[in-house]
Amino acid sequence: MNKLLAIAGGALGIYIVIVLLVAVIPAIELSQAPAGPGVTALTPLQDEGRQVYAANGCGYCHTQQVRPLDEDKPFGRPSAPGDFAFQTPELLGSERTGPDLTNVGNSKPSDVWQYIHLYDPRAVEPESIMPNFKFLFDVVPVVPPGETAVPVPEAFAPKNGKVIPTLQAKALVSYLLSLKQSPIPGFSTAVAMGTATAATPPAATPAPAPTGYAYDAAKGQSLFTANCAACHQASGQGIPGAFPSLIGNTAVDDADPTLHIQTVLHGAHGVVVGGVKYNSAMPPFSGQLSDTDIADIVNFERSAWGNHAKPVNAADVAAIRAKGN
Amino acid sequence: MGLPTLWRRNPESTGRVAKIQHPLGSALAGPAQSHADDRALASVFVAYTASATFWLIFATAVGLLLAFKFGAPDFWAAKYLTFGRLRPIHTNDTFYGFASIALVGLAYYVAARSCGTSLYSTALAWAGLALFNIAAIAGTIALDLGYNWGDLEYREWPWPIRLIFLAALLVTGWNLIATVARRSADDIYLSNWYTIGGVLWTCIIAIVAVLPWYQYGLGQVAISGYYMHNAVGMWFTPLALGVFYYAIPKILSRPIYSYALGVLAFWTNLLFYPLLGAHHFLFSPLPWWLQTVAIVFSVAMLVPVWGGSANYLLTMRGHQHDMIHSYPLMFIFVGVIGYLVGSTQGTVEAFRSMQAIWHFSNFTVGHSHLTMYGFVSFAVWGGIYALLPLATGKSPGRLGIALHFWMALVGSFIYVISLSVGGTVQGMDWVDGKPFIQSVVDMQPYYVWRGVGGLLMFLSHVVFAWNVWRMTRGQAGNAASPILPPVGEVAA
Repeated sequence: MNKLLAIAGGALGIYIVIVLLVAVIPAIELSQAPAGPGVTALTPLQDEGRQVYAANGCGYCHTQQVRPLDEDKPFGRPSAPGDFAFQTPELLGSERTGPDLTNVGNSKPSDVWQYIHLYDPRAVEPESIMPNFKFLFDVVPVVPPGETAVPVPEAFAPKNGKVIPTLQAKALVSYLLSLKQSPIPGFSTAVAMGTATAATPPAATPAPAPTGYAYDAAKGQSLFTANCAACHQASGQGIPGAFPSLIGNTAVDDADPTLHIQTVLHGAHGVVVGGVKYNSAMPPFSGQLSDTDIADIVNFERSAWGNHAKPVNAADVAAIRAKGN
Repeated sequence: MGLPTLWRRNPESTGRVAKIQHPLGSALAGPAQSHADDRALASVFVAYTASATFWLIFATAVGLLLAFKFGAPDFWAAKYLTFGRLRPIHTNDTFYGFASIALVGLAYYVAARSCGTSLYSTALAWAGLALFNIAAIAGTIALDLGYNWGDLEYREWPWPIRLIFLAALLVTGWNLIATVARRSADDIYLSNWYTIGGVLWTCIIAIVAVLPWYQYGLGQVAISGYYMHNAVGMWFTPLALGVFYYAIPKILSRPIYSYALGVLAFWTNLLFYPLLGAHHFLFSPLPWWLQTVAIVFSVAMLVPVWGGSANYLLTMRGHQHDMIHSYPLMFIFVGVIGYLVGSTQGTVEAFRSMQAIWHFSNFTVGHSHLTMYGFVSFAVWGGIYALLPLATGKSPGRLGIALHFWMALVGSFIYVISLSVGGTVQGMDWVDGKPFIQSVVDMQPYYVWRGVGGLLMFLSHVVFAWNVWRMTRGQAGNAASPILPPVGEVAA
């Protein structure tokens, strides 16, 4: 019996000591970590959305932690202890089958985009392998007063009726849009729409001499894919009623590039294009893309899909950037 | 077979002094054992194995569906079949349904046989089995209804359900300790160190995981890192190693190569393993010292892993011939290699430079299957094929056991290799700064191969269920057991 006591008791005792030292005591201390500057508790609706997120296991494919590595820069600044003050249960995650969502409220600020994407991810991202969450939506013959139909593209919409979000979908989108890192001095919180090419810091590129219509077409397309295609689509046609087409667009396919560059730099909201008003918000890109990057994107858009507007260069972008919003 | 063999501290040894003993130890069992005790022990072992087999089939069917969804994301995307609800059902039921129940069943059999006694309490064993099953059923239902404790890996079950699991552990620990306390000899065979240690440590894990006071924000992250690795390495690892220490000498009729090495591995595993959990959160905002400690002890784990593996392999050395003729030994051999390779891979993954590429990628999923499948599941199957026929006197057919072995082996090879290669591609895409969606596109062929491997693995489990049927309800026989004498005679 003594031998049994020595082995079982010894093994148990040693284990308890180790667990206290490397798990429980650090956890007690970390649980008291104060909230970082600007980090606030969720509203009741956002909190409900967080529960929808956890209940449906979103955290198995999406992380919510940004590491201090170059490859993580597209997702924001490195996560800090103070970011997690109000995050219980924690949703840091262990796998990126889909992108990190730490800053999805910054990178995809349009609720319309979030609704369409949840209803059918392939409606906005053809290559996505995320399951659809149609069970978070109702299909109704007539949109009730106070509700807004989700403008699902025709190919993905139900044959009859309109798609409206349930309360759970509204809560979830409210939570997703709340996912924004608060600024910490010395770190850029700017995020791209899901690419690392935006890791380049905002550069004060010295204006090169105007060289006409020369730009890095491959880079322009890659940046477009990563930052713009989620809404405007690879085809440039946008989503009818949700995101404007860039083909023949008066801002894009116009001799004067000012409005085009301004929109990419500072974002847009409630714009009217071709007589249609678009309520979705477009995020600003001035924070995470250099003048050269923006010039590459703008030139790609001005020359793709049959557009043929006057090219721009980094100096044009710098000049408009200097004017401010 | 059947020749008296010199055993030193062998599983059936009843004393410190080396003695001549027939390898069919139960035939020489002490007075504490009666035929009724044998039957009671056999029925406990059978019931645990049958329960575990059910959970294996269920959980891996869910896993197969999940693998399919990577290629067909709109397939069965309804609320109760959505990926994010089924994924924790797959992991929790393989962990707490299949592996836990199977290993506890084996631990009971090993404890009673190696101590030359009957179980302390058959009733407690049945109560434990009921509690394990109630927890797994309730957990499955809760997760599917969307009730979880957050996406906290392997502890998603709501806390009341995890208390049921804790109750099952307490009952098991009590019963195992009391059984070993009834041994007639002074020595405690090494297998029982591992199984009793594993159950006691897991009680602590279950308690630490459920107490709420220190689990806010980042504090909970520290507990998640601790939990997700300790629940594996302080539970499945010691119980599976306990099976190795009993089954290998039993099959080969020779003592373990070095008892002292086994003791060293036991204590070093205890000292090093609990410290490495934070390596799941490298580069996270967890304190840097905690992450570094985790890396250092991930390297230190090479001592018990290589020491333990060497011990098993050296015991098997020179018995390749036996291996060819013994599928139970083949299962155990694969399990030992899975332990060696999977754990060593874990050490390599823990380096910051490697994590920068592999973390968050499917490489990790490949690693977890190499260890939980290549190591733990093969250990379980090897143990069941070696020992269940001794308890029941019935053996599976050679074809059945061969089909199970080769489909599981080839399937898991395809599975692990495709996800390891794919995960590396995925990680390199991120490092190269490609648009994120490129990593999704590049994974597609590897997801398909993972599904192919998964299908073979699942089919092998169906064959396993058939083999379990033959070992429990089938005709008495002794086709594939290396331990049963060539004709007729059975052990229990």
